[in-house]
Amino acid sequence: MRRLRVDWPACKAHGLCAEVLPERVHLDDWGYPVVTGDVPEDLLRLAKAAVSACPVNALRLNPLKEKS
Amino acid sequence: MSVLARTEELLSRPWTLSYQEHLDAHGTLPALAPHEVIALAEGAGLRGRGGAGFPLARKLRTAAQGRGRPLVIANGTEGEPAIRKDSTLLMHVPHLVLDGLALAARAVGARESLIAVHSGLVAEAVTQAVAQRPDRVQVHVVPPGYLSGEASALTRSVLGGPALPFVRDVPLAVRGPQGRPVLVQNVETLASLALQARFPGRPPTVLLTVRGRDVQVLEVKIGVTIGAVLDTAGETDVQAVLAGGYAGTWLSAPRALDVPVSHAAGTLAAGLLLVLPHDACGVSAVAQLARYLAGQSAGQCGPCANGLPALAAAWELLAAGDPPAGTVDRIERLAGLIDGRGACGLPDGAAVMARSALEAFADDIVVHRTGPCGRRSAELPR
Repeated sequence: MRRLRVDWPACKAHGLCAEVLPERVHLDDWGYPVVTGDVPEDLLRLAKAAVSACPVNALRLNPLKEKS
Repeated sequence: MSVLARTEELLSRPWTLSYQEHLDAHGTLPALAPHEVIALAEGAGLRGRGGAGFPLARKLRTAAQGRGRPLVIANGTEGEPAIRKDSTLLMHVPHLVLDGLALAARAVGARESLIAVHSGLVAEAVTQAVAQRPDRVQVHVVPPGYLSGEASALTRSVLGGPALPFVRDVPLAVRGPQGRPVLVQNVETLASLALQARFPGRPPTVLLTVRGRDVQVLEVKIGVTIGAVLDTAGETDVQAVLAGGYAGTWLSAPRALDVPVSHAAGTLAAGLLLVLPHDACGVSAVAQLARYLAGQSAGQCGPCANGLPALAAAWELLAAGDPPAGTVDRIERLAGLIDGRGACGLPDGAAVMARSALEAFADDIVVHRTGPCGRRSAELPR
């Protein structure tokens, strides 16, 4: 399982992530991504495609553990 | 009410204690090993007093175990206009804070420590205090504003960048922008640590800013009820209370009075208790706060830049009375759209404030559906 994270200051609402990975991303009122859940193995390929589709590199795919 | 002491130890003198006076009043700082400092923080259960309430010992340990020598920053910026506890502390007992900074630096093996403040009287008091001490601390003056004291924004400012928040994949205490850990601690947290070092086992206290008829800073034990604090402060005209900070939680009286000031109750945060009197309109107060928070957005993150002004506009329609159908639903939806979707906690806090206000002022909102309530507009510091 991996976690999608948006680099909010970088994101410019191009919306490609929602087109590539509608299973986990839809767009809000202003065109910014709403991430709806973590990414299981079977969606990993598409999630990586969504990450590389972003023209401003604002989407990241991180491992789940993120606590200090 | 024995659990409460106003201006007790931390705030007992209306002037700045010099280093010598500080030593006379509090004694010398014991020389502690790094693990002893962390054990003190752990034993007393100290948590961050900037708002997030993160356990101090865990953050110290994280920074100590990180790669590279940590940079330690005491955060004395206090960007929120209603809160005065940190500036009160820095104006009166800056050396207690600087002792805490020295202890934190020791705990994590840092060679570099800074104290960050906004310009003005606080910066003057701190600069003077730093010059009196044997240890070396830099004073960093941060641009004014609500967000410039946010930990990531502060770190960037200290490292020569703009004072704007950024997205972190790991906490700053693990790895900062330069690779090495950055430990950012609120100044009150550090003062508490310095008191623990001198008086181990002393029950930890927290500072609150109470704003009603008067503005007061009180020292209390965690868990005391809001009612007891307001009693001591002499605030008797209480319609509702905003607890924590501007991005905090609204509670309506009389229920609010029985709620404890604590991390668990979500009422402690940055230590604000703002009292709304009976003759003021709560909905207008919320609209003002929502507009204030929208104005503080750095505009970096889409959901915040768009959502906070939309949220403020919805509250303003509600405050004016007879709003378009669905305005309350829209507020709920907007709160959901901003929550957790930014580089910093500003949109999350605005969502907390808005949601709690819907509950606390539910009856007033019903009145406002047909027109203004006729009560005066509240005046909040901005």
